[in-house]
Amino acid sequence: MSGQHASRPLSWRHRLLRGTLIALVMALMAVLVLLPLAAVFIEALSKGAAAFMDVLAQPETVSAIKLTLLVAVLAVPSNLVFGVAAAWAMTRFEFRGKALLGAFIDLPFSVSPVVAGLVYVLLFGAQGWFGPWLTDHGVTIIFAVPGLVLATVFITLPFVARELISLMQAQGSEEEEAARTLGASGWQMFFRVTLPNIRWALLYGVLLCNARAMGEFGAVSVVSGHIRGLTTTMPLEVEMRYNEYDYMGAFAVASLLGLLALLTLVVKALLEWRYGDELAARATRGH
Amino acid sequence: MARQRRRVLPGFGISLGYALTYLGLIVLLPLAALVWKASALDVDGWLRLLSAPRTLAALKLSFGGALIAALFNAVAGLLVAWVLVRYRFPGRRLIDALVDLPFALPTAVAGIALTAIYAPNGWLGQYLLPLGIKIAYAPAGVLVAMIFVGFPYVVRTLQPVLETLDRDVEEAAESLGATRLQTFVRVIVPALLPTLLTGFALALARAVGEYGSVIFIAGNIPLRSEIAPLLIVQKLEQFDYAGAAALGTVMLGFSLLLLVAIALLQRWSGRWAERGA
Repeated sequence: MSGQHASRPLSWRHRLLRGTLIALVMALMAVLVLLPLAAVFIEALSKGAAAFMDVLAQPETVSAIKLTLLVAVLAVPSNLVFGVAAAWAMTRFEFRGKALLGAFIDLPFSVSPVVAGLVYVLLFGAQGWFGPWLTDHGVTIIFAVPGLVLATVFITLPFVARELISLMQAQGSEEEEAARTLGASGWQMFFRVTLPNIRWALLYGVLLCNARAMGEFGAVSVVSGHIRGLTTTMPLEVEMRYNEYDYMGAFAVASLLGLLALLTLVVKALLEWRYGDELAARATRGH
Repeated sequence: MARQRRRVLPGFGISLGYALTYLGLIVLLPLAALVWKASALDVDGWLRLLSAPRTLAALKLSFGGALIAALFNAVAGLLVAWVLVRYRFPGRRLIDALVDLPFALPTAVAGIALTAIYAPNGWLGQYLLPLGIKIAYAPAGVLVAMIFVGFPYVVRTLQPVLETLDRDVEEAAESLGATRLQTFVRVIVPALLPTLLTGFALALARAVGEYGSVIFIAGNIPLRSEIAPLLIVQKLEQFDYAGAAALGTVMLGFSLLLLVAIALLQRWSGRWAERGA
């Protein structure tokens, strides 16, 4: 690539085109991406650092942060185990309907978050399939924490599986077969060969899964019922404050989620830079 | 031989069984409940729902808006991917990393931030209003939010393909006397087309179903800036479960269609890559 540039000096027209395109991209990124990001932090601090800290210390904020962490702690490992199992089955064995299984794993990415929340209301809500049975047994799922976890699991289901499927497909199974031939048990093979081979991709998938789990709004909003202090995660707390015209408070809570997004991007870039070879091909980075 | 070696590996039954059960319980059973609930609506009910002006306006805005946003993102995404892959300039890595921000930033946060920018008294909105341009609390606001959430898809699907695109063909075209524009239109765009369409379809799917970022900036004026997912939420709040399920099924059907289209496009681009190699 640099060889070509060196061998053929750029004409002024080419340089002009190049400069114009780069300037266009910079302008586009500034308006489209940087401006909203800046708005989050500047609006959050619009009434000063003291007011900002005040919002963060309020019991509603604290309980929203705790609930968000709880939902993520339950949803992410659940999808992590699924992702490993699905990737193992899909990349190490041949079976009929594999392509269909892959398509179903991708499905949550193209379903509207509102539809994802709706399906659980139809299953577990008072009018739902299992609604009457649940009421009789004193179990509440909708408008309670289990509903939040289920909706989040649905939305974030593909992240780990997709990353692992692409990577394990590319890696092949020679090393695992060698381990088995040399007498390793199934778990020995998994912990000494498979896991070390996929650890960075696993972390990468978990990182993206977690970012989405903590930030999910649409699906969670449908099943939450918006009960302050009980079923409001951070994104829902942002919405409630915003609708109550507490703009600065909404942005203060939003800025924490903005920091999470930035942290996610930094770790993601670090992983890609340091362990790019041990991650799935760039083609699958999409989500 | 290969088949026998495969069997050396353990865990087929348990891993596939677990994956299928989990997927069935979390995704397939709930989606079946959706379709089942929607089927409770008779033909008359469907007709009434789908011919209601509010439903029609919302579907038109969700699908039409998503189409325009995805078209914008296809063009902008091609530009950004091109510049990031082909040119070296200061800040390139930072811009590359920032492309993913719309994926990482929670939609509710994006929604209120975009509203703060484009509201009539907002950062940019106050300068646009005197020019007669109203973005927030109007259909244009819906577009802005849909563009934001769909932006990374085209860039991220195009980048790897652009990186492997064979430059010899371009140089051959140029040495045969093609202008840069001709080379771009006749050589580069056809090679990128399947991938570009895949990215377009992904951005479209995301924008059609988008809720969080849109509802804050849209203003949600009935018949004007109300999106289909919001209508589902409203039907749920009015305990119209069959109506909500029916609208949800329409949206799910569209998602499935796009999923099939994306799978076909990926097969097409795979064939293309093989032929190029």
